[in-house]
Amino acid sequence: MTTTTRIERHHYDVVVIGAGGAGLRAAIEARLAGKKTAIISKSLFGKAHTVMAEGGAAAAMGNVNSRDSWPVHFRDTMRGGKFLNNFRMAELHAKESPQRIWELETYGALFDRTKDGRISQRNFGGHEYPRLAHVGDRTGLELIRTLQQKIVSLQQEDRREHGSYDARIRVFAETTITELLLDGDRVAGAFGYYRESGEFILFEAPAVVLATGGVGRSYKVTSNSWEYTGDGHALALRAGATLINMEFLQFHPTGMVWPPSVKGILVTESVRGDGGILKNSEGKRFMFDYVPDVFRKQYADSEAEADRWYEDPDHNRRPPELLPRDEVARAINSEVKAGRGTPAGGVYLDIASRLPAEEIRRRLPSMYHQFKELADVDITREPMEVGPTCHYVMGGVEVDPDSGAAFGHVRGLFAAGEVSGGMHGSNRLGGNSLSDLLVFGKRAGGHAASYADGLASRPQVPVPAVETAVETALAPLQRDTGESPYVLQQDLQAVMGELVGIIRREGELVDALARLGELRERVAKVSAAGGRRYNPGWHLALDLRNMLVVSECTAKAALERRESRGGHTREDHPTMDPAWRRVNQVCSLEGDIVHLDRKPLPRMRPELFALFDRAELAKYLTDEELAEFDALTEEER
Amino acid sequence: MGTEKSQAAGAPATKRQFRIWRGDETGGDLKEYLVEVKEGEVVLDIIHRLQSTEAPDLACRWNCKAGKCGSCSVEINGKPKLACMTRMSTFTADETISVTPLRTFPIVRDLVTDVSFNYEKARETPAFAPPPGVTPGDYRMQQVDVERSQEFRKCIECFLCQTVCHVIRDHEENKPAFAGPRYFIRAAELDMHPLDARDDRKEYAQAEQGLGYCNITKCCTEVCPEHIKITDNGIIPMKERVVDRKYDPLVWLGNKIFRRGQVPQTSVTSEHSPGAVRAPAAGPPGFHSHAGASHDPKAEAQAQAGVNWHREVPKPTAPTLDESGKLPLTELTFDRPAAPSPFGEDVSFPLPPEHLNYAHPEQDKH
Repeated sequence: MTTTTRIERHHYDVVVIGAGGAGLRAAIEARLAGKKTAIISKSLFGKAHTVMAEGGAAAAMGNVNSRDSWPVHFRDTMRGGKFLNNFRMAELHAKESPQRIWELETYGALFDRTKDGRISQRNFGGHEYPRLAHVGDRTGLELIRTLQQKIVSLQQEDRREHGSYDARIRVFAETTITELLLDGDRVAGAFGYYRESGEFILFEAPAVVLATGGVGRSYKVTSNSWEYTGDGHALALRAGATLINMEFLQFHPTGMVWPPSVKGILVTESVRGDGGILKNSEGKRFMFDYVPDVFRKQYADSEAEADRWYEDPDHNRRPPELLPRDEVARAINSEVKAGRGTPAGGVYLDIASRLPAEEIRRRLPSMYHQFKELADVDITREPMEVGPTCHYVMGGVEVDPDSGAAFGHVRGLFAAGEVSGGMHGSNRLGGNSLSDLLVFGKRAGGHAASYADGLASRPQVPVPAVETAVETALAPLQRDTGESPYVLQQDLQAVMGELVGIIRREGELVDALARLGELRERVAKVSAAGGRRYNPGWHLALDLRNMLVVSECTAKAALERRESRGGHTREDHPTMDPAWRRVNQVCSLEGDIVHLDRKPLPRMRPELFALFDRAELAKYLTDEELAEFDALTEEER
Repeated sequence: MGTEKSQAAGAPATKRQFRIWRGDETGGDLKEYLVEVKEGEVVLDIIHRLQSTEAPDLACRWNCKAGKCGSCSVEINGKPKLACMTRMSTFTADETISVTPLRTFPIVRDLVTDVSFNYEKARETPAFAPPPGVTPGDYRMQQVDVERSQEFRKCIECFLCQTVCHVIRDHEENKPAFAGPRYFIRAAELDMHPLDARDDRKEYAQAEQGLGYCNITKCCTEVCPEHIKITDNGIIPMKERVVDRKYDPLVWLGNKIFRRGQVPQTSVTSEHSPGAVRAPAAGPPGFHSHAGASHDPKAEAQAQAGVNWHREVPKPTAPTLDESGKLPLTELTFDRPAAPSPFGEDVSFPLPPEHLNYAHPEQDKH
C-alpha cells in the first residue's frame, strides 16, 4: 500500500523545523553560510508563537543605565534560574545578545528609542537594570516580522543572482514534520505532511535544526497556541537525543482568568514594571508577604519605598511585584488557595488606580486594546483578574552550549530556542527568551551549516523508515474504532493541569504517571474522521503522541526531584536543596519508555564564580562547593 | 473535561444558531449548526466547540487566540473579522451567525483559504535598505521619527484589508498589478523609516504596486483589527507625486492636515506652535527624515524665517463617523458621489495664499 503513496522529495543542506524567532534566525545564518536551507513552519509564515512575547528582549546594552554590562546580566540570569542554568549558555547569552539586537536594526527593526536616539530599554522582573529592548508591548511581533522580512530580502538577493526566490532559502508554510529519519546515528532527513493538502513530503538533509518551541498545549490553562505540542522535544527523543530539566515549567503569574474566551492569555509583566500592583479580594497588596530570603536584599519591604522606585530606582529597592515569575506565580496561587481570590479564581492586577488613563494607553497600548476588544474590560478604569498560566518550558533538548548540537547518540541534530534546555536553569527571566532565540538561533544555524560542510558523504534516507513513517501518519485516518483526538487531548490536559501543575505532590505524580500510561494506550488507538485535506482532527491525532511522551518526561522528572526550585514546586519538599542544584535530570527514550538518568551539572569557571558575593552563593551551594569557592578567593588575594 | 469551574460566575449556557460554510474548491454550502454558547465567549470558541463535538474535521486557521497573530481571519455575517476578537455578546440573542471564508482568496477547505497571493506580493516589495557605512549599534533615531513607521509595523498580517479591498475582492484580473493595502503600508513604512537608504518607495508604489487603483474608500482602515490608519497615514501620503514632496506647499500643507488623526482635535485650532511649520529636511546629512518634529535648530530657524505666524490656519475637522464611531465603510452608503476629500470636508482648493506658510530650502541665500 505504501508504495503507491505519493511523496514529494526535496534536497537541502540544512532543514530548520520551526519558523519562530529561533528557527528564522537559524535559517538566516545557515543561508548566509551559503547552505541551501528549508524552513518548515507549522502555521503560515510569520504567525509563530514568538508574536506573543510582549515585554522585550533582554540585552545588556547599557543604553538607559550605563552601569549595565554582560556580567550583571549573567548574574541576573543565574540567580533567576536558581543556579541550575548551564553557565556557559548563560554566559554566551549575556555576552552576545546586544550584538544580536543591534543586528536586527540592520534588518529594519524599529525599537522604541531613548532621548539620545538609541534603543530604549525597560525594567523587568529579575533584571537589575532597565535592559529590555522593546516596541511598546508588541516586541515579539516586531522580532518575527523583522526576521521574516530579512528572509524575504535574502530571497530577493537570490532571485537577482539565481533567478528564483526559492533558490537558496525556501519556506514550507503549514507543514508538519512527524519523523526524523536517520542513517545509523546520523540525521538523514525529515518526513512530514502539508497541512493544506495532506500530501506527504520528505526532506533529505544532513543537518536538522529543531526550533519548535514548547509544550504548553498539554495544559488546559496556557498562554501557548495550538502548535505548542512538544514536537521538537519528541522528535529529538525518538532520534536518540536527550532532554534535560523537563520538570521545570514556567507558569506566568499573570494570565487572564476571566472571561473564559481569553483564559490563559498573558498580561505582560510590563504592567507591573510600569506600576501595576497585585491585590487580593480583601484589597491587600500581598506581595510584600512573599519575598523569599534570597531576594530580601534587592526588594522593598514597604509600599512607600516600592512606590518611590518607579521614579528613583537608584536609591530605592524594587517593588516585590517584580520578583521572578515563579515567586509571583506561587504567591498568587497561595492567595487563591487561602480563599482570598477573585470569583474566577485569580487575583486583581491594578494599574487603573496607579497611572492616569492616558498614560496607561500610551505605555501599554496592546494590553489596553487586548482587554478592551477581547474581554470588554477597560484597564484604565478597573483592575484585571489574573492568575498563573502555563507559559514556557525551561527543559528541552540537551545541547552543546556553543554549537547547539544535541547530545545523546545522534549527529547532525541541533536545537535552539524554547525547545533546547539548560540556558534558563529552573526558571526563565522575562525578556531572556527573545534574546535566547536570537543568540542560540544564530549559533545553531551556523554550526549546522559547518557540520554539513564537514561531512565526507551525505547520509542516505533508509526506505523502510519512510514506509513506517507513512503508515504511522495514516493510521488515525484508517481506524474508525478509536477515540476522538479532542477527547484525548482534554483528558491529557486534565491530568497535567490537575496532577503535574504548579504545585506538585508525590502521590499525585504517581497517579499522573499511571494515568499517562493508560492514555498512551488510548492515544495509540486514536482515530480521526474525515480525509487528508486540512483536517484539524487528524493533525491533532498525530500531535498527541508527542504531547504524551513529553508529558511523561515532565511527570517522571517532577516525581524524582525532591525539592522545590524555580518552575518546580513540591509541596512535600518545599525548600531548595543545594545537593539537587548539582544535578540535571536527563530523559531518553528506550522503545517507547521514558528513561530518567542523573547527570552532574557542568562546573562554573572560577572567574564567573567570582562575580557573585559569598553571602549570595551560600544560599545555593553545598558546603563542599562553598569551601572550593573560599579557596578560590583566597588564591586571588 | 466537561466541567467548567469558571462558569460559577457566569450566566447559564444557551444554544445559538450558526451557519458555517463547508466545502472545498469544487463547491460547498452553508451548513446549519445549533451550538452551545457560554458567557464571555468569542466566535473562535464556538468553532473549537464544533470541532470537538459534531464537526471534528472543520478546517479553520488559528494560533494565538488573542488578536496578535492574525490567523483566524474569516467573514462573519459578511464582514471580514478575526474570529478570536468577535465577541458573542456583540450579537443579538436571536441572531443567526454566519461564518464564511475570506472571499478574495481561493478556497482550500471550509474556512481556510489560500492566502499565498499576499506572500507573493510581500516578496515583490523591495526590502529595507540599510544605510551604508552605519555599523550595527550605531543606529540613531528619534522616537518621533520612528513612530510613523511603527504604526504600520503593528500590522499582524491578518489580510482583512486585502480581502475587503474591492480592487481585488471581486476582480481576479486586478490581482497581478495590485499589491493591496497591506503592502502599501509596508512601502509607506519603509518610506518613512528614518534610515532607509532607498528614496524611491513612492515611485515604486505607484509604478509597480498599483497604488493608482486605490480610490481611498477606506474600507481597509475600517476592518483593520489593529486600528492602523491605513488610508490616511499610509496610502494617501504615498499618493503624493515625487516633485510635490519638496516644492508643492499645497500637498505639504495637506499632509499636515492629514495627520490630524494623530493629534488631539482641540490642540490643532490656530495654535501658533513653532512645530507647525518647518523645512522638509532634518537630521544628519545623507539620511532623509520625515520627522513630525525637527531636532535641528538650524532647520527650525530656517523654517521660521519668512513665515507669517498671524495667518488664519484652516481648522481641520474630524472625518464623518457613523453611529458606531467608525468611518463609513463604503462609498455605497456615503452621502455623495465619489470618495470623500482626503483633505477633509472643510477644505476647498485652491487655498488662499495667505493661508500658506512656505519656507524655501534656499531662501537664506537671497
